[in-house]
Amino acid sequence: MLIAAERINSSRKRVAQAIEAQDGEFIRNEARIQTEAGADYIDVNAGAFVGNELECLKWVVEMVQAATKLPLSIDSPDPAVIEGVLPLLKRPPMINSITLEPARLNGILPLAAAHGAKVIGLCQSEEIMAESTDDKVRLAGQLVESVTRAGVPLNNLYIDPLVYPLATHPQAAMAAMEAIERIMKEYAGVHTICGLTNISYGLPERRLINRTFLAAAISRGLDAVILDPTDAPLFAALKAGLAVAARDDYSMDYIAAFRAGRLG
Amino acid sequence: MSDILQQIRDAIIRRKRGEIQGLVETAVKEGIDPNGIIDNGLIAAMDVVGQQFSDSEIFVPEMLVSALTMKMGLDVVKPLLKSDNARPRGTIMMATVKGDMHDIGKNIVIMMLEGAGFQVVDLGVDLTVEKLMEQIESNKPDLVGLSALLTTTMPEMRRAVQILHERGLNEKVKVMVGGAPVSASFAEEIGADGYGADAAEAVEVARRLISDL
Repeated sequence: MLIAAERINSSRKRVAQAIEAQDGEFIRNEARIQTEAGADYIDVNAGAFVGNELECLKWVVEMVQAATKLPLSIDSPDPAVIEGVLPLLKRPPMINSITLEPARLNGILPLAAAHGAKVIGLCQSEEIMAESTDDKVRLAGQLVESVTRAGVPLNNLYIDPLVYPLATHPQAAMAAMEAIERIMKEYAGVHTICGLTNISYGLPERRLINRTFLAAAISRGLDAVILDPTDAPLFAALKAGLAVAARDDYSMDYIAAFRAGRLG
Repeated sequence: MSDILQQIRDAIIRRKRGEIQGLVETAVKEGIDPNGIIDNGLIAAMDVVGQQFSDSEIFVPEMLVSALTMKMGLDVVKPLLKSDNARPRGTIMMATVKGDMHDIGKNIVIMMLEGAGFQVVDLGVDLTVEKLMEQIESNKPDLVGLSALLTTTMPEMRRAVQILHERGLNEKVKVMVGGAPVSASFAEEIGADGYGADAAEAVEVARRLISDL
């Protein structure tokens, strides 16, 4: 299970303030605590700084790389921002994200191919954001085709089926989970990934919905996730979900998490 | 105020989808004017629901189910309105701006505006300023509501307001803006006429702007 750790995102007020004030220690600490909590990639986002995103992101990248050996997930829709950050990176990153929109596809995929980067592909085109299972799987197929054609190995593609809020789309969780199952079956070698916060928009006790959805999605084959690994109940649900889904042989990881004091 | 109107309001506020049609039919049989049923039953109930949502007493899906219940009631009474008797409260065009595909917030606002009796035209997502201007010129709405969820697409709102002013349309068409990153000060800065922090506030702003016209 690949974990992209989401805390260093400029849509969080505290992170935006730290970027503005060039508070490097805050950013380095965010990188450290997520690394210790079990992240595989550290996501970095400076999208709130319109017009100045590249400069801000470059600074964040430097701070994070000073604090952790983990690779980064570069969170921007803008090919120019991604291109500008790539030369700074010490390890091949994950690019978060592409859609089927030609500008993003054509701008980003050659960069991903050249740098051996993993790519998150959203089930979204110029015309639609996929809502139904069928649309999600159809757009996933188009992503597979585009990515392969651009020379990015299928194994580096992480398809995000798009998760709608249960509050407004009662079928949202089932549509995403069925898509995950079908995508993993129909395109062997590809990965699936999603964020967990959309699902609970507008509902009380959002974190309870988030972690319940995570465990359920894991049971359908989800093999990567964007989350905050320092969220203790969420991390515990992740470990339990993997054990229940027979993806943790003899529950060894689950037991190890218990011994590390991370389940209760 | 008649007892049946109270029951209609209760049914909407308590989200009783199974009861609403029968109650509205009863009100019609009792001879209550269809406009009275709409104003004092259906819309009055949604005002309460909107307030409950603003006060964080209810959650998004509860508000949506109330709006669905209200619509079921409206469907019963609408065919009874004579065209000269139907009083549209104003036409509002709603869209998510160019570069932004997010429509959940916009759709909630649309439901509440319809619940308040406005005629709403949904122009969808990712709408260019040019297309918006075409639509304004051909459909002549009273009010345009623009939504953005991304900080990167907020400048599109500024452009829309600017072009509206350049074309001298700002006297006839008001603009309100909203969405998670949008604030009252941003709305004021770009010259928008109003800002709604949530769906209920958007309804209040729409009422105020349209009554000012």
